[in-house]
Amino acid sequence: MSLLSFCEWLASTRWSIDLHESLYMYPLIETTHVLSLLLFVGTVLFVDLRLLGWTLRDVPVSEVVGRIIPWAVAGFGIVSLTGFLLFYAIPVRTYLSIFFRIKMIMLVVAGVSVWTFHRYMNRTAAAWDRDPIPPPRARLAGAVSLLSWVTVIVTGRMIAYDWFDCDRGQSAFVSWAAGCPAELP
Amino acid sequence: MSLFEVFDWLEQLPIGVAIRDSLWLFPVVEAGHLLGFVMLGGAVFVLDLRLLGFGLRERSIAYVERQTRPWLIAAVGVLFATGIPLFLSEAIKCYYSTAFWVKMGALGMALPFTFVFRNRLAQQESLRPANARWLGTASIAVWLTVAAAGRWIGFS
Repeated sequence: MSLLSFCEWLASTRWSIDLHESLYMYPLIETTHVLSLLLFVGTVLFVDLRLLGWTLRDVPVSEVVGRIIPWAVAGFGIVSLTGFLLFYAIPVRTYLSIFFRIKMIMLVVAGVSVWTFHRYMNRTAAAWDRDPIPPPRARLAGAVSLLSWVTVIVTGRMIAYDWFDCDRGQSAFVSWAAGCPAELP
Repeated sequence: MSLFEVFDWLEQLPIGVAIRDSLWLFPVVEAGHLLGFVMLGGAVFVLDLRLLGFGLRERSIAYVERQTRPWLIAAVGVLFATGIPLFLSEAIKCYYSTAFWVKMGALGMALPFTFVFRNRLAQQESLRPANARWLGTASIAVWLTVAAAGRWIGFS
């Protein structure tokens, strides 16, 4: 079973159709997605800014991470849950969206960078925890995190626009990147 | 001149026309608006969490206020610089949009509340914890209303 046929099956389920056709439920989930995004990326932004040495310089990095990241995790939980529901409401078009695909790739990039940095920090932070401006690797981690979340947000917002939809007739490259099937379901 | 005529005139301004005539300008400015709001969300949440007794609670409220203020002001700048062009591109639609008026009402409360009360009171050492919690709660409530109503303009 291909991912596309899995998405077609998802789209045929009762709840997916209900969500898709709902007058208020879909916008409510979408709005919750944006509000929890403010909590999630807003708090991550301040951790990244601290890693760059641009704010909260008198506060040890471990304290900023320890005090702020739990709120980012809470925001991430709501963002993910509402994100899944938004995908579930419109599975096929979203799966075939080039913006959605870039967003998913950037989510992986962000995840890998967070994991790599976490390991680096656990190993070395004792030496630079109190530095007003952390060492280059920590600043790089802050910059990569910041840029990847910005890309996730921008491409996520662009999913709503139909310029690159398969049914609009796309170039060979876009068709390939968006995974456009020979015949649209 | 009626309010509608003012909005009609605003919609004809060159900035709005340029955004309407372009395929990608509106989405790009809108994405910038969203990024500005994320920055504002961070600055607002970090101080409000502290006011509520969470987050950076080893630090004084006054310190967290000073550290978040430049980002808050920068975010408001980005939001105005992107929000006004977005409005000019669809002023008539906004005129008929309940969400737009709810947002403007909430914004009319959020800005003075933040800059006249919340951030000034956060600098006072005599601020009592119970009052700090009220400030934090009210701030989160009013800014989330601005954000939610703002998102809702796009659904009409």
